[in-house]
Amino acid sequence: MSNRVFKTSKTRLSRTRLALAGLALSALSMGAAAQTKGGTLNGIVQPEPPTLMLGMNQQAPTIYVAGKIYQSLMTYSPDLKPQPELAKSWVMSADGLTYTFELEPNVKWHDGKPFTAEDVAFTVGTFLRKTHPRANVVLNRYLASATALSPTKVEFKLKEPFGPFLLLFEVSTLPMVPKHIYDGTDYATNPANQTPIGTGPFKFKEWKRGSHIHLVKNENYWKPGKPYLDEIYFRVIPDSASRALAFEKGDVQVLRGGDVDNVDVRRLRALKGVTTTTAGWESYSPLAFMMMNNRKAPFDNVKVRQAVMHAIDKNFISSTIFFGLAKPANGPLASTTLFNDPSLKAAPFNIARAKELVKESGVDLSKSPVKILSFPYGAQWERLAEYVKQGLEQVGFTVSIEPADAGSWAKRVSDWDFDLSFNFTYQYGDPALGVARHYLSTNIVKGSPFANNQGYNNPKVDALLVKAASSTDPAERGKLYTEFQKIAVDEVANGYLAELQFATLYRANIKNLVKTGIGLNETLDDAWIEK
Amino acid sequence: MPFVTFLAGRIFKALLVIVAIAALNFLLIRLAPGDPASVMAGEAGATDPKYVDMLRARFGLDQPLWKQLALYLGQIVQFDLGFSYRNQVPVIALIGERLPATLLLMASSFVVSLVLGLGLGMAAAGVRFFGRARWLDSAIMSIALIFYATPLFWLALMMVLVFSVQLDWLPAFGMESVGANLKGWARIVDIAQHLVLPTLALSLFFMSVYVRLARAAMMEVMTQDHVRTGFAKGLTGGEVLRRHVFRNALLPIVTFAGIQLGQVAGGAVLIETVFAWPGIGRLMFDALLQRDYQLLLGVFLVTSATVIFFNLLTDIAYRFVDPRIRLEGGAR
Repeated sequence: MSNRVFKTSKTRLSRTRLALAGLALSALSMGAAAQTKGGTLNGIVQPEPPTLMLGMNQQAPTIYVAGKIYQSLMTYSPDLKPQPELAKSWVMSADGLTYTFELEPNVKWHDGKPFTAEDVAFTVGTFLRKTHPRANVVLNRYLASATALSPTKVEFKLKEPFGPFLLLFEVSTLPMVPKHIYDGTDYATNPANQTPIGTGPFKFKEWKRGSHIHLVKNENYWKPGKPYLDEIYFRVIPDSASRALAFEKGDVQVLRGGDVDNVDVRRLRALKGVTTTTAGWESYSPLAFMMMNNRKAPFDNVKVRQAVMHAIDKNFISSTIFFGLAKPANGPLASTTLFNDPSLKAAPFNIARAKELVKESGVDLSKSPVKILSFPYGAQWERLAEYVKQGLEQVGFTVSIEPADAGSWAKRVSDWDFDLSFNFTYQYGDPALGVARHYLSTNIVKGSPFANNQGYNNPKVDALLVKAASSTDPAERGKLYTEFQKIAVDEVANGYLAELQFATLYRANIKNLVKTGIGLNETLDDAWIEK
Repeated sequence: MPFVTFLAGRIFKALLVIVAIAALNFLLIRLAPGDPASVMAGEAGATDPKYVDMLRARFGLDQPLWKQLALYLGQIVQFDLGFSYRNQVPVIALIGERLPATLLLMASSFVVSLVLGLGLGMAAAGVRFFGRARWLDSAIMSIALIFYATPLFWLALMMVLVFSVQLDWLPAFGMESVGANLKGWARIVDIAQHLVLPTLALSLFFMSVYVRLARAAMMEVMTQDHVRTGFAKGLTGGEVLRRHVFRNALLPIVTFAGIQLGQVAGGAVLIETVFAWPGIGRLMFDALLQRDYQLLLGVFLVTSATVIFFNLLTDIAYRFVDPRIRLEGGAR
């Protein structure tokens, strides 16, 4: 039995070796072409998302996979400058209320129908307003109309100026969907959601739930000669240790940040022929913070919140708890995004100062025991909860940890039913897109775990954020956001902990994998495998 | 006829039990905080409470609980398992996709563990019976104890490390080679290769239970009078062991086999997770974390039906193993 198994796996090996040799030969005969065509890329989709319809689901794995199928009008360089994608060029009117985009001609949907300005107007003006869990808020508030002026020209009119408007056209925020398939249907139950149709370099082929998602090359892709890869498989491997083994064994060649635990990243990046990068997360720049419920004792007292920030060592959190894949945050804005104030200093680790602050606050800590609601997204967050518990206990808090799974966590944070918990959110390049939502008092609403759940309320901050969002002058916005950052840190609007870095690990023969500020969520039409 | 009345009675009872299970499960899972809408909003980074309300209304979760329960039970009696909130796919399709993988793993590990367990158990009892090679008994029992006490997931990971990563004999993950597009025999061989490690990992625990069970039961029977009678009427030791000892020792093994089948039908979550086996256990676990009520209830329902079915089989098997046991009509 074992003998037979051994033999078949050997023949398979030699067969692949032959195939590889053949490909290498054909590459040679093609001459000095820099990029080799062909090849299969294997990645991991974790956790398995419910759908690939990017306009309706914004889970990280959905964006990762669907980012190859769908496209938006632009993409972004690592320093967050807009780059053309489906749009060739764009102009903003002097009053900041009208944007006109010139689209690529000759773009086709995967079903062969032409992609036109009508699709863009429908997607942004109608479809995503209804279905997008995040962009709907921005669109409904700022967008007055989206109109197709000609098949390749589309015009957006805003109700009021919106500074980061040009940062919205990233594939997860505004993915273009086909009007001829969705117009007039019930979007949520449209059968096409199961077989997504986009304009991207890879087409949806098959999804075997629990096993893999298969994408194949779009032969009619609008960028001539691209993509280079023939197909991409995203494999479902639910156990983190098994995912690490799959990469080690070569079954998968790319690990996205978060696919394996940080402790395995250390081991895998040391393997021969493995390349690591933390680039490609600039647009998202996830920032981890601590939410303290401002509504109840003891965290309703700003001095107590300040004491908490002195009681924990952010350097320790980054270097030890996150295994060095993080750096201490100095405020609400990540240093990789726009408008971060590098001169801002975070509260230093100082237990004595923390005790003083508690004394000054006059709060009797023994009367308000603190429960830490654990953040159910991996072992490091549990360690973080344990570490914060120890830190707070040294200052005199009585602390316990409450375990939660994802559903319980989301529910309790949405309903403000917590003392202290953790969270990390994507920043989407601009404070008005990913950050302001946590501080605007108008966003103190139940029902979402990514609103102003801690209940921070400061009219001055509200005014700063609103003004900065509606300004289109970067210098003015910078000034307003600098002031906002200072207040947010002083008043501990949230406890800023770490800028998380996600390591992408891949085999060294894969080229052009991470090129832009959205990294692996990019279409990968440029990626190729060296034979 | 008693067999038919027995079967009819049992099936009727089973249907009642299934409906009761459905209702109970329905209420139980509502005790967990959070609902599908809040989980989805959490994953999506939704900042808009109206969006969550809209999801809730779409799933019918804004209705009073009793109404939802009545609706669900109404569906069930029409053999409609409903629609998965999350996946936007009928529950029956999701389960249908996963059930074959689980049944395959279940059948293979059942056969392997039963054959190995009974074989080794008989050998252990046999060497004691004949008073020879006692060390074999100790060796078998030690092995059984080791596998009984080793955590499944650890064993599974070690097997992947040794047979897959180090020796490269067997594939480590999934049910078939992704992207190989094999047909016919090649595909069967491919699936069989993928099946080896998960089957072994899952079988070793149950095997050790069978070893201990078979050995203990046989040792007990060995001391009984009819065994001495067998010898007295001139049968050889082997014949006595096979016909008089083994058959009488089968009853507890059949009972446990029924339990094993029921357990594995619920999916071996750990094994399926480690080996990325696309079975029903993982489907259930994911549905639980995501509060996908309809899907979770559907999986519960299908697995409880399977358990009841195997219990029925066990009861019928009793009759063949031990003719003294009679099958009685159901409602009494």
